[in-house]
Amino acid sequence: MRRLNPSRGMARLLFFLLFFMGVAVTAFRGVAGAVEYIDINNPFIRKIPIAVPFFQAKPGTEVQPEIAENGAARLAETLEFTGFFKILDRAGFLEDPQRMGIEIPRIRFDSWTTVGAELLVTGGFEILDGALAVELRLYDTFKGRLLVGKRYQGARADLKKIIRRFCDDIIYALTGQHGIFTSRIAFVSNGTGNKEIYTCDFDGSDPKQLTRTKAITLSPAWSSDGDWIAYTSYLKGKPDLFIKNLKDGRSHQVTHEGLNITPAWRPFRQELAATLSFTGDQEIYLLTETGKTVKRLTHNQGIDVSPSWSPDGKKIAFVSKRAGTPQIYVQDVESNVVQRVTYYGRHNTQPAWSPAGDRIAYTSLEGGETNIFIVGIDGKEPVQLTRNAGDNESPAWSPDGNLIAFCSYREGPARIYVMTAFGTDQRRLLTLSGEQTDPAWSPRSQKD
Amino acid sequence: MKRKLWIVAALFLVVPGLLFTVSCAKKKVASEPGMIQEDSEAAKAAAEKAREEELARQRALEEQRLKEREAEEAKRKRIAEERARFENEDIYFEFDSATLLPMAQEILKRKAEYLKANPNLTVIIEGHCDERGTHEYNLALGDRRAKSAMQFLMDLGIPASRMVAISYGEERPVDPGHNEEAWAKNRRAHFVIQ
Repeated sequence: MRRLNPSRGMARLLFFLLFFMGVAVTAFRGVAGAVEYIDINNPFIRKIPIAVPFFQAKPGTEVQPEIAENGAARLAETLEFTGFFKILDRAGFLEDPQRMGIEIPRIRFDSWTTVGAELLVTGGFEILDGALAVELRLYDTFKGRLLVGKRYQGARADLKKIIRRFCDDIIYALTGQHGIFTSRIAFVSNGTGNKEIYTCDFDGSDPKQLTRTKAITLSPAWSSDGDWIAYTSYLKGKPDLFIKNLKDGRSHQVTHEGLNITPAWRPFRQELAATLSFTGDQEIYLLTETGKTVKRLTHNQGIDVSPSWSPDGKKIAFVSKRAGTPQIYVQDVESNVVQRVTYYGRHNTQPAWSPAGDRIAYTSLEGGETNIFIVGIDGKEPVQLTRNAGDNESPAWSPDGNLIAFCSYREGPARIYVMTAFGTDQRRLLTLSGEQTDPAWSPRSQKD
Repeated sequence: MKRKLWIVAALFLVVPGLLFTVSCAKKKVASEPGMIQEDSEAAKAAAEKAREEELARQRALEEQRLKEREAEEAKRKRIAEERARFENEDIYFEFDSATLLPMAQEILKRKAEYLKANPNLTVIIEGHCDERGTHEYNLALGDRRAKSAMQFLMDLGIPASRMVAISYGEERPVDPGHNEEAWAKNRRAHFVIQ
């Protein structure tokens, strides 16, 4: 389904080339608007072949592999993570990284187009008084043009941050949207013997344990500014909600009788939706960040659980058993108008509203197999994203809407995986001791 | 107890008296041997009798105590058995259902009787699910299971104030297996006396 036939592929390539030649100029004139090298809404997206040769030491600076090689490798991996690029093998390059031209007019673009590169990243670095200075450039090799050029200065330890910033500039130049390189992923791991909340970078690096409850702790949820995390924990012997500010340590609790579960922060507001059952019935409520009830959102005898906000904060998608089996519904929180979204399958749960607002990812249990699907908010054309690879659940969108993190049992123990929103490029995010479940992708960090 | 004290006091008075008479005996042997002999034997017999009576009393007391302890033990055992039965007998549910099956209702009726017979006990009703379905939904389903058991007990006259429903969703399976046999065991409500 996702594979192109050759003639169609060529036509698309031609169209693609003509298209970007037209818009590359506008980028240089600094005209605002998306530079659509990469149309993120195209499910048949072709990966752009990109060359990332080792960085070049400037005259007077010694070639240091941890910068020249590791830096280039990290940059390539960071780009590859997005699913937009095909990283070309350095063994095939015609140019010597330490002697090639890294700036116009010394770059020989034909030796890059010859190896199939449509984009080229060059890096040059020097050590000045112990500080690191890095120049990074992105070129369109066919057009022979500079798309992004930046110079960064910092400590040597800042190289990772510099590379992520430049990758964000690349993504912004090519898609018109910022990347995900400042985002983090929260998840649950039971390596200590108890389920606790952890966080890691977008690419699975730098995992850190966030909670030490020594109790069952589940369902992490990020606020839209990334400053707060809410989660469910049995710290007091029953499922309560804990709401924690990651910056100043403020914390609040919601400890009604019965369930206090499935928190979901409302975009742009210090409010969250969550399921409480103190009335005896599982209903979704709107709460302040201090845990006070603003109002009850659902009114239906039976299970209502797992809210997920539309990006404009006006609607929630949620799971309800009102029709006899758990299905996904959408409700306007002002008018209370409810629409059913899923009709296929008898067990559809875990809705995750896409950042673009047009689709909902969810988990479907059908024929004994659990898989991730995606459906338009009108309920039309559900598409299966995972198949024949163990049980797959808990979809979580990246803030740019291009990737979905999820939990899979394909290797036996539960692990966190990432795929594109089209279901391609499925790969494991990280491996820790124990099992990892429940990924939640943070918004982009505002400070970085 | 009082009598025992008297006997002890008497023994305290008599024995040193005897000792004194014995220690003096050698000197007095010549003068009044017969008298001394007689006195000493009478005292001995009295002391012996008192001791035997005391031993018998103690034996009786001991036996009574043992009987009481056995009875208590039996009672305690019976209570523990009833309690264990109350706590160990789970009720089971069908997949994605919180409806009480006939068997579950029978068990709940017995639990209600037990709770009525032990009016000071409060109970935690845990709702559990099998691993199928996602864990958030199963937390809600476990809550419904615990609450339908609680409602049934309330209908049988157990006040809500004596019961707490806690859902564990799929977090605490009794059988870690991934088959229908394990799932059937895990779809349960479990009862814990507080």
